Amino acid sequence: MAGEIYRKPIMFAIVAAVVILIGTIATVFFPMFTEGMHPKLENLKPYTALQLAGKDIYQREGCNNCHTQTVRPLKTEVMRYGDYSKAGEFTYDRPFLWGSKRTGPDLARIGGKYPDAWHHNHFENPQSFFKESNMPKYGWLKDSRLDPVDMEVHMKVNGFPYTKEEIADLSSKTELDALVAYMQVIGTAVKRAAPAAPGKASSDHEVENPFKNDPKAAALGKDIYDQNCAMCHGTQGEGGIGPSLTDDMFLYIKGDLPDDDYYEVIHNGTEQGKVEEGRTMKGGMPPYGGQLDKNRIWQVISYIRSLQKK
Amino acid sequence: MNDYQYDHQTVKGFIVSSIFWGVVGILIGLWISIQLWKPELNIPPFFTYGRLRVVHTNGLAFGLGIGAIFGISYYIVMRLTKRPLLFPKLARFHLYLFNVAIALAAVSLFMGMNQSLEYAELEWPLDIGVVILWVIFAVNVFGTIIKRKEEQMYISLWYIIATVVAVAVLYIVNNITVPAGLFKSYSVFAGVNSANVQWWYGHNAVGFIFTTPILAMFYYFLPKSTGLPIFSHRLSIIAFWSLVFAYLWTGAHHLVYTPLPDWIQTLGIVFTLFLIAPSWGSVVNGYYTVGSDWSKMQTNYLTKFFIMGITFYGLQTVQGPTQAIRVVSSLIHYTDWVPGHVHMGTMGWVTMTVAASVYYIIPKIYNTEIYSIKVANTHFWLVLIGQVMFSVTMWITGIQQGALWKATNADGSLKYTFMEGLVKNYPFWQLRTVAGLIFTVGMLFFIYNIYMTMRKGKAPAASQA
Ligand code: HEC
Ligand code: HEC
Ligand code: HEM
Ligand SMILES: [Fe+2]
Repeated sequence: MAGEIYRKPIMFAIVAAVVILIGTIATVFFPMFTEGMHPKLENLKPYTALQLAGKDIYQREGCNNCHTQTVRPLKTEVMRYGDYSKAGEFTYDRPFLWGSKRTGPDLARIGGKYPDAWHHNHFENPQSFFKESNMPKYGWLKDSRLDPVDMEVHMKVNGFPYTKEEIADLSSKTELDALVAYMQVIGTAVKRAAPAAPGKASSDHEVENPFKNDPKAAALGKDIYDQNCAMCHGTQGEGGIGPSLTDDMFLYIKGDLPDDDYYEVIHNGTEQGKVEEGRTMKGGMPPYGGQLDKNRIWQVISYIRSLQKK
Repeated sequence: MNDYQYDHQTVKGFIVSSIFWGVVGILIGLWISIQLWKPELNIPPFFTYGRLRVVHTNGLAFGLGIGAIFGISYYIVMRLTKRPLLFPKLARFHLYLFNVAIALAAVSLFMGMNQSLEYAELEWPLDIGVVILWVIFAVNVFGTIIKRKEEQMYISLWYIIATVVAVAVLYIVNNITVPAGLFKSYSVFAGVNSANVQWWYGHNAVGFIFTTPILAMFYYFLPKSTGLPIFSHRLSIIAFWSLVFAYLWTGAHHLVYTPLPDWIQTLGIVFTLFLIAPSWGSVVNGYYTVGSDWSKMQTNYLTKFFIMGITFYGLQTVQGPTQAIRVVSSLIHYTDWVPGHVHMGTMGWVTMTVAASVYYIIPKIYNTEIYSIKVANTHFWLVLIGQVMFSVTMWITGIQQGALWKATNADGSLKYTFMEGLVKNYPFWQLRTVAGLIFTVGMLFFIYNIYMTMRKGKAPAASQA
C-alpha cells in the first residue's frame, strides 16, 4: 500500500513537498507573522540618502565577506566590540548584513568609534594603520561620485523619508564619503555604554603608575603605542587626527593632568560633550579598556611620558 | 537504437561545461586564498577579495555543482526510466541557457551586483534566469519519469524529485525582492526576519544541492560500478524521508547567539542534532553495500572514490550537528573552522562523487574504457591529500582564532588585540594555499584523463540502458 508511492511520481512529489513544507512553515513562515520577528528600537532611524548609498557600497564591495555586524552576548565579545546586538536594531536592513566570517573585526558598534578622518585614511590605506592588515585598499572610491537619480529610487523603494535638497546634495559626495557616513551610523541606535571592561572605576586601578620612570615599561609601551595610537596621535605623539600628547594641553585646556587621568581617557575612550576634570570632550578617542589590560595601559602612559621629556 | 545519442551529447555538454566553470571557480579560490595573506593581490574595482569570494562560491556551487547535477541527473533519469529524455531539444536549450546564465552571473558578480545573501547573491534579473533553468529541468525530469518504461522508481529518482521540489521553494522565497533599477534590489524581508529566511535557505542549499542530488549519484553509480546491490532498501526509505523532513527545521544553527528569537535557535539546534541519523543512514548503506565484498576496493578503481566521498560526508554530518551546540558555536562560529567544515563537503564529498560519476559516464557514452586508471588513482590521492590538508589547517587556525578572541588576563581584560590574533592566521592561510594547489593539480589529472578518454572514444555510440 505505502509502496504505491514509489510508482507514482506526481503523488511522490506532492508528498515530498508537504514533508518539506512542515519544517518550513514551523520555523520560517509562521514566525514571520509574529511580532518577535519585526522589532524596532525606539531611537532607530531610517537611513539618510547618504548613509543608504554607503550601505549599497558596503554590499557591492562584499565587506560582509570579512566583517560581521552582530555582537554575541558573550563576555569577551562585549568587551571587545561593545554592547551585544539587539533584534530591534536591524529593522531598516533589507536584507540583514550580519555576515558569517570575521576575517576582520565585527562592525556592529563601529558608529562613533572613530572620527571620520580615521575612516578616510584607513580606507585609503589600511596597512598604514596596521602594517599586517589584509584588508583591501578602498581609496579608489574617492574617484566616483554618487548618482542622485539612482539614490532617489533606492530611497523610495525602501520607503525612507528624504528631502529634495538631501538628494541634490549627493552629487557633491564621493562613494567614500557615503561609506564613511554609513560606518558612523551603524549600531548607534543603542546608546554607547562605558566598555564592559575590568578596572573602569578609578577605585579599581592604582592612582599611581606602577611603572613610573621604568624605561623597560616605556619600551614595551612603545610597541603598544605604535600599533594602536600612532595612527591618530602621530609617531612621536605630535598629534594628527587626535590631539598632541606632548604639548602641555589636556583635552584642550592648558595644564597637564596626572597619569590616572590619562588612564581614564585611554581606558574609557571619550564621548562628545562629556566633561572630565572640567574639560569638555569632543569625542573620537576609542576606548581601549576592553583590549589592553591594566599593565599595558600603564606601560603606554610611561611611553607617552618619555616622549614628553624629549 | 540511436535515440540516446543526442541526449548523451547534452549530458556530455553539461559535464564539460561544469568542469570548465569548476576550473574558473577553483582558480579564483586559489587567488582569494593568497589575497588573505598577500593583500597586494587585490585589484580594484573588479578583483578585490569582497567581490572575488562571491564569484568563487557561486562559480563552484552553480557552475560546477548545478551543471554537474543537471547533466548527471539527466543521465540517471534516462537509465532508470529506460527511455531517452522526453524533450531532447529542450534539454539542449537548457545546456546553452545554463552557460549563458553562468557567464552573466560571473560578470555581474565581478561588477558588484550582489544581494548579500550567501549562495543567493545574484541580482533579480539573474534570479529569473535561474528559475527558468530550474523549470526546464523540472519539466524534463518529471516528463521523462511520468513516461517511464520501468514501473518502480529507484532511490536515486526519489532524491532527484526531492531536489527539484525543494530547491524551487527555497530559491524563490529567499530571492523575493523589490527591484530598484535593473542591477539593484532590496529584499522584502528585513532584519531578523531576513536572517531567518536566508539561513533556512542557506542550510538547505547545502541539503538539496550538495546533499540530495549527490546522494542520487551515489545510490546509482556505486551499485553500477561495483555490481553490488544496495545493502538495505528499507534503510534507504527511512533515511530519505527523515532527511527531507528534518533538514528544513535546522537553518537557525547558523544564527546561534544572534538576536534571532531563542525558541527558533533552540528548535533549530534540536533538529540539527537529530540530522545525524538520516545522514548516517546513507553512510551505513554505502559501507555495508561495499562491505559485502571489500575486494572491490582493489578491483574497481571507482569504489574508493565513492567510499572516500561517503566517508567525508559521514565525518561532516557528525561535525555539523556538533557545531550547532551553543558552546561549540561560541568558539568556532565566525572563524576559519567553518571553511574547514565546508570544504570537507565540497572538495571531499561532492567533488569526489561527481568525479567518480563522470568517470563512469564518459567511457559509457563514448563506448570505450577510461584512458588511464593510473591517472585516476593519482587524481584520487592528490585531491584526498589536498582536501585533508585544507580542512586540518583551517580547523587548527579556527580553534586558535576562537581561543585568542576569548582569552583574558588575570584581571579579566582581553589578552589579545584583534591584530595580534589576525597575524597568527597567516602561516595557516599560506598552508591552505598549498593544500589548494595540491587539490588543483589533482583535478588537472582528472580533466586530462577525461579529455584523453573522449579523444580515444569513437564518435559517441548508442548505448543501451
Ligand atoms: C579581506 C578581508 C577584508 C575586507 C574585504 C574588508 N575588510 Fe575591513 N578589515 C579587515 C581587517 C583584517 C581589519 C583589521 C585591521 C585593519 O583595521 O585594517 C579591518 C578593519 C576594518 C575597520 C576598522 C574596524 C575597527 O573596529 O577598528 C573598518 C571600519 C572596516 N574594516 C570596514 C570595511 C569596509 C567598509 C569594507 C568594504 C568596503 C571592508 N572593511 C572590507 C579585513 C577586511
Ligand atoms: C581614532 C583615533 C585615535 C586613536 C587610535 C587613539 N586616540 Fe587618543 N585621542 C583621539 C582623539 C580624537 C582625542 C581627543 C578626544 C576628545 O576630544 O574627546 C584623543 C585624546 C587622547 C588623550 C587625551 C590627550 C590630550 O592631550 O588631550 C590621550 C592621553 C590619548 N588620546 C591617548 C591615546 C592612546 C594611548 C592611544 C592608543 C592606545 C590612543 N589615544 C589612540 C584619537 C585617537
Ligand atoms: C548533518 C549534516 C550537516 C550539519 C548538521 C551541518 C551543520 C553546519 C553548521 C552548524 C554550520 C555553521 C557553522 C558556523 O557558522 O558556526 C555549517 C556551515 C556550513 N556547512 Fe554544514 N553541516 C552539515 C553538512 C554539510 C554538508 C554535507 C555540506 C556541503 C557539502 C555543508 C556545507 C556547509 C557550508 C557551505 C557552510 C557555511 C555556511 C556559511 O557560509 O556560513 N555542510 N554546517
Ligand atoms: Fe547548516
